[in-house]
Amino acid sequence: MKLIIKDGIVIDGQGFNEKADILIEDGKIKGIDTRISLNDAVVIDAKGKYVFPGFVDMHTHLRQPGFEEKETIKTGTHAAVAGGYTTVACMPNTNPVIDNEVVVEYIKSIAEKEGYCKVMPIGAMTKGMLGEEISEMAKLKDVGVVALSDDGFPIMNSGLMKRIMTYGSMYDLLMITHCEDKMLSGEGVMNNGIISTKIGLRGIPHEAEEVMLARNIILAKSTGARLHVAHVSTKDSVELIKRAKAEGVNITAEVTPHNLCLTEDIVDGFDTNTKAYPPLRTREDVDALIEGLKDGTIDIIATDHAPHTKDDKKVPYDIAAFGISGIEIAFSVVYTYLVKNGLIELDDLVNYMSIEPSKLLKLSHGFKIGNDADMTIIDLNKEFTVDVDNFKSKGKNSPFNGQKLYGTVEYTIVNGKIKFKNDGNYQENNV
Amino acid sequence: MKMVAALFFNEKKGWFEMIKKDVLGIREMSKEDLIEILDTAGKMKKILVGDKNSDILKGKTVVTIFFEPSTRTRLSFEMAAKYLGAHFGNIETKTSSVVKGESLIDTVRTVEKMKADVIIVRHNMSGAPHLMAKYLDVSVINAGDGLNEHPTQALLDLMTIREKKGFFDGLKVAIVGDIVHSRVARSNIWGLQKLGAEVRLAGPATLLPKTFEKLGAKVYYDIDKAIYGVDVVMGLRIQLERQKNGLFPSKDEFSKYFGITEERMKLAKKDSILMHPGPINRNVELTSKAANATYSVIEEQVTNGVAVRMALLKMLCERRESNEINY
Repeated sequence: MKLIIKDGIVIDGQGFNEKADILIEDGKIKGIDTRISLNDAVVIDAKGKYVFPGFVDMHTHLRQPGFEEKETIKTGTHAAVAGGYTTVACMPNTNPVIDNEVVVEYIKSIAEKEGYCKVMPIGAMTKGMLGEEISEMAKLKDVGVVALSDDGFPIMNSGLMKRIMTYGSMYDLLMITHCEDKMLSGEGVMNNGIISTKIGLRGIPHEAEEVMLARNIILAKSTGARLHVAHVSTKDSVELIKRAKAEGVNITAEVTPHNLCLTEDIVDGFDTNTKAYPPLRTREDVDALIEGLKDGTIDIIATDHAPHTKDDKKVPYDIAAFGISGIEIAFSVVYTYLVKNGLIELDDLVNYMSIEPSKLLKLSHGFKIGNDADMTIIDLNKEFTVDVDNFKSKGKNSPFNGQKLYGTVEYTIVNGKIKFKNDGNYQENNV
Repeated sequence: MKMVAALFFNEKKGWFEMIKKDVLGIREMSKEDLIEILDTAGKMKKILVGDKNSDILKGKTVVTIFFEPSTRTRLSFEMAAKYLGAHFGNIETKTSSVVKGESLIDTVRTVEKMKADVIIVRHNMSGAPHLMAKYLDVSVINAGDGLNEHPTQALLDLMTIREKKGFFDGLKVAIVGDIVHSRVARSNIWGLQKLGAEVRLAGPATLLPKTFEKLGAKVYYDIDKAIYGVDVVMGLRIQLERQKNGLFPSKDEFSKYFGITEERMKLAKKDSILMHPGPINRNVELTSKAANATYSVIEEQVTNGVAVRMALLKMLCERRESNEINY
């Protein structure tokens, strides 16, 4: 029951960056050393490859129960391990909504049986995510919900939001907020700006995000709630968060790979795979988001993996579903666009995708003796062309389709078990 | 495989070039494309004002599919097809925001399988014709998509301006009204600028964001300044429900500050012309007096509309034939 990852370059996202061997026993990390040899261990040759602590996604849509045509816990977690993720927190916009213990238990049991990686449900802030009554937060926490969110249904009622934060802070629950003033975004389907003006699509102004973010910051400040800002997309949002952090507000923030790497320009041509909320913004915003990551204003990268069917996207832009399927190429996208271009460091990327999110979810994670053996082995020198038809996810909706990216996930190990191996096939390998 | 673009032999230029199978917007056309279409439209106009009896499109099938109500544009296409001897069909479908695209593509594919050569589509969503063009082999003409483009309207406007003014270079054109919701304005901005004209835009700030300056146009919130010294004044139809959505306070205030009147027309050049895509909200965006004045060319625009549509149908069918497309 022993596994050794041999000769890989181990990066833990916390400053350790050396060639080392990792010994895994009984699903736990048993040793990290320059050279580990055992006669009775299975050896994975990681020579020339990189070994990272498994990625942790704070923002995944697994769609089950209710929208199994878009994704299931099985396919979504398969996609996750194919992308190097070992833990995903799944959003509550299922049907039924994750607003009670039964749905939480259901998701946990399916994940246990069919899942490839660890699944941590996020509970709804309000019953049915209807923005009317607060959910049974204490009960939800007791069955293992790691955070609360009403996801894409921002709570427009400020009084209610304050009550949610006040009540939730009794249980130290992380409040994940999708910041959008629906009255400002209106019927918008893309960033409001030059491209929307050119091609006649209704715009979502950047203020729609900032107005709501500012309100949530003010409420977090007065209630002391742990506020986490989902998918930051604008330059001024970065400024607002920076200021809030300086004032001591209990706030963290995430950014998606697509908002970090793509701009609104690719919407010109009406490709519905570019449609997401928040929308792809401008170069100026992208630059500010990268700076925000580097200076610690933005804490983590989260995928907002949002799989949809082809029919959901094979419609005019106005009525196409919002969302991008991206968990299995998230690392490669950011590595290719940002690390390869010298904009961020590889060690930091591992931190943003693995260590920081694990801290937000209060997990014991990373390369420490005794921790669960959750890791991924990536070949950074290997180039591949994104082909959505090869996605493990049911969602083929990616604007990166056809692009050449670097960094292939070779192995993903969860609890010491190989849950993904890059030969195209999942290996059931009980080590 | 879908043919999105193919090589075509250009008689005049004597070389093979890339021409799209569809007419989706003015923005993707070159200056040469525009001139060629206007020249062809000039020839078509002779048939139109003559015996209206041609067999240029004999054996071709043209179908209009309008997901948005229209009387004039749809009829104009029908006339254009019939004057050139084509078979003609029409589908009118009620649209709603919940219409699923698969059925949208399915609807059009059904028409394609009935052996249509050209379909003409109007849809209330920007990019809907582009979606069809992507998935179908039939040629698609955009008869207005959402807020994006209305290429045949702009072409007929350009044709009318060319007939009346004879040139585009340095010509000053003021487009007035609800710009942000206007596909007519967008198509005209692209077309006029490609041909060398200066475009001024005027309207209330809620209907004319400053961003339009990034498209190369000049933005005015004072209609008098916009009209001053121009060669062409183009009014746009204001949708009265925009007032309910709070985009302007009242019909009265709109017409007082942004309506085109005889007095305001005096600010334009002496030989200026007045255009409007119709139908007119009389005494809202345009006074009756101005609409009926001698400088108004609104009725000629309608005639030229048939001519440019004849031209596009002819050109598209010729392209399809010269490429020997078999479906």
